[in-house]
Amino acid sequence: MTSAPLLHIEQVSKRFGGLQALSDVELKIYPHQIVGLIGPNGAGKTSLFNVITGLYQAETGRFSLSGKSYSPSAPHRVAQAGIARTFQNIRLFADMTACENVMVGRHVRTHQGILGAILRHPAARKEEAEIEQRAHELLEFVGIAHLTDRAARHLSYGDQRRLEIARALATDPILLALDEPAAGMNHSEKDNLHQLLLKIKAQCCAILLIEHDVKLMMSICDRITVLDYGKIIAEGEPHEIQKNPAVLAAYLGGEVA
Amino acid sequence: MRIIDVALLYVLLALGLNIVVGFAGLLDLGYIAFFAIGAYLAGLFASPQFAVVIESLLMEYPAAGAALSSLVGTDVVANGFHLSVWIIIPLSAVVAGLFGAILGAPTLKLRGDYLAIVTLGFGEIIRIFMNNLNGPINITNGPQGINLIDPIQIAGISLAGQTGSGGMVNVAGFMLPSVNAYYFLFLILSVITIFVSRRLQDSRLGRAWIAIREDEIAAKSMGINVRNVKLLAFAMGATFGGVAGAMFAAFQGFISPESFSLTESIVVLAMVVLGGIGHIAGVVMGAVLLAALPEILRHTVTPIQMALLGEVWIDAEVLRQLLYGLALVCIMLIRPAGLWPSPVRENRPVKVDAEAKL
Repeated sequence: MTSAPLLHIEQVSKRFGGLQALSDVELKIYPHQIVGLIGPNGAGKTSLFNVITGLYQAETGRFSLSGKSYSPSAPHRVAQAGIARTFQNIRLFADMTACENVMVGRHVRTHQGILGAILRHPAARKEEAEIEQRAHELLEFVGIAHLTDRAARHLSYGDQRRLEIARALATDPILLALDEPAAGMNHSEKDNLHQLLLKIKAQCCAILLIEHDVKLMMSICDRITVLDYGKIIAEGEPHEIQKNPAVLAAYLGGEVA
Repeated sequence: MRIIDVALLYVLLALGLNIVVGFAGLLDLGYIAFFAIGAYLAGLFASPQFAVVIESLLMEYPAAGAALSSLVGTDVVANGFHLSVWIIIPLSAVVAGLFGAILGAPTLKLRGDYLAIVTLGFGEIIRIFMNNLNGPINITNGPQGINLIDPIQIAGISLAGQTGSGGMVNVAGFMLPSVNAYYFLFLILSVITIFVSRRLQDSRLGRAWIAIREDEIAAKSMGINVRNVKLLAFAMGATFGGVAGAMFAAFQGFISPESFSLTESIVVLAMVVLGGIGHIAGVVMGAVLLAALPEILRHTVTPIQMALLGEVWIDAEVLRQLLYGLALVCIMLIRPAGLWPSPVRENRPVKVDAEAKL
């Protein structure tokens, strides 16, 4: 890993009233890496996600994306800059079809406004056709092409997760941030997800992953960062993390051996 | 025929409100304000009213009055503006759209009940302005309203009918009653509005509106600039309202603040909700149904009661409100998505499910 980090954040701190949700967090993600973020419940994983994607404002912190500094002040700018995300509790556009959900993801990379919508001049038609084409490709990519015209809320849980990933990929991200994508999935669904994540890593972009499933994390992540009480307590390759005494203590609640 | 004309105006209004409430999910209880703005623009620029404005300006602020009268010329000072419909329509569309954005801007961070209350307030503010802007400078003529608004003239044909023909309009050799001529005009406008609504719905912008309605946080995270897109929704909805208002003013020939009360906002909202929120065909149906209802009642309630009971027990107006309320309650209980909801929103699996499982 000699190249420059794709995402580099330093000294990120965030408070909620008296609670220090994040203190002095540093994170580096390199291209084509899957970086895992683990930690006990309430450790600040989702808070960190929300800070990176602009839903929360951090008090302090330096952020840079592909070498350029960016300020995550508004979610839509972060998406524009190239970070796409999914949510811990799925947030799809429930009454839209699967295809339309993904088409919304193309919003940030397309331009037609009111005139284009009403007049449908050639440029608008071309763009609309491209949006639809791309949406179909992405649904195919995540493996739910057969559900294109089904309303999002009528999809099964696992398919909704996939759809959320497809929608995020539609923004052409350079970093995909997934918040517990395997939650509530059964074994075979997890296996499929595993394959999908490897495929995304190979073909699309780097991934930042929050997940509780330790087996999945250990097998898929290139590096893992462990958060506890808003602080990073360990960082390294999966096999290092597995043996790290501070991590064991945080998870098992025991004394540091 | 007059009933259908009015119903078509309501179709325009309901489709405009449908963009704001149905597509973008922003509950707007002051929508009639844009209707009022369109109507008053027509009142100001297509009637003798502007002469009144200048006169009162000359009384109060002679210098400004003199400057304005030299600017607009003696003809306007004597007779007011009488702009053609081709100017009035775009003007009312643009100004109402602008007001839509202006009134929308402070409400961007509000949701649900709070948004409804604020928009309700804005609707009332506009009406109260119309009611009170007769002094110190008389712009709107206050509660008396503006009279003698020009009927619509297209290609030199006045839709109010030729003078001396008893209200008949000569369209390419056919003699039509004035209300029929307006019917065709409003029908064309309605068709255009439906067309525009449909195209907006199936566009990048329409999807962004619906995405905001469904989940604002997810929409933001997908890169939608929620502020701009919401303002566009307010402005687009207001544009339709403004055009409908200008048409209303020309059709009636007279406007006063009474026509733009909160009840009207609620009636238009009821049309959208009853018909099928967010579904264009449903909204059109809702508008036609609710616009026709009071007229039907007016023509039937009194005669039926007279025939059956020999006296009038219930006034048509009272019965109308009762039925409105009852209809809305029933809709909310039985078909919460409206009488004719869009297929995806119906609360049952759509038919693709069956095919997909095969």
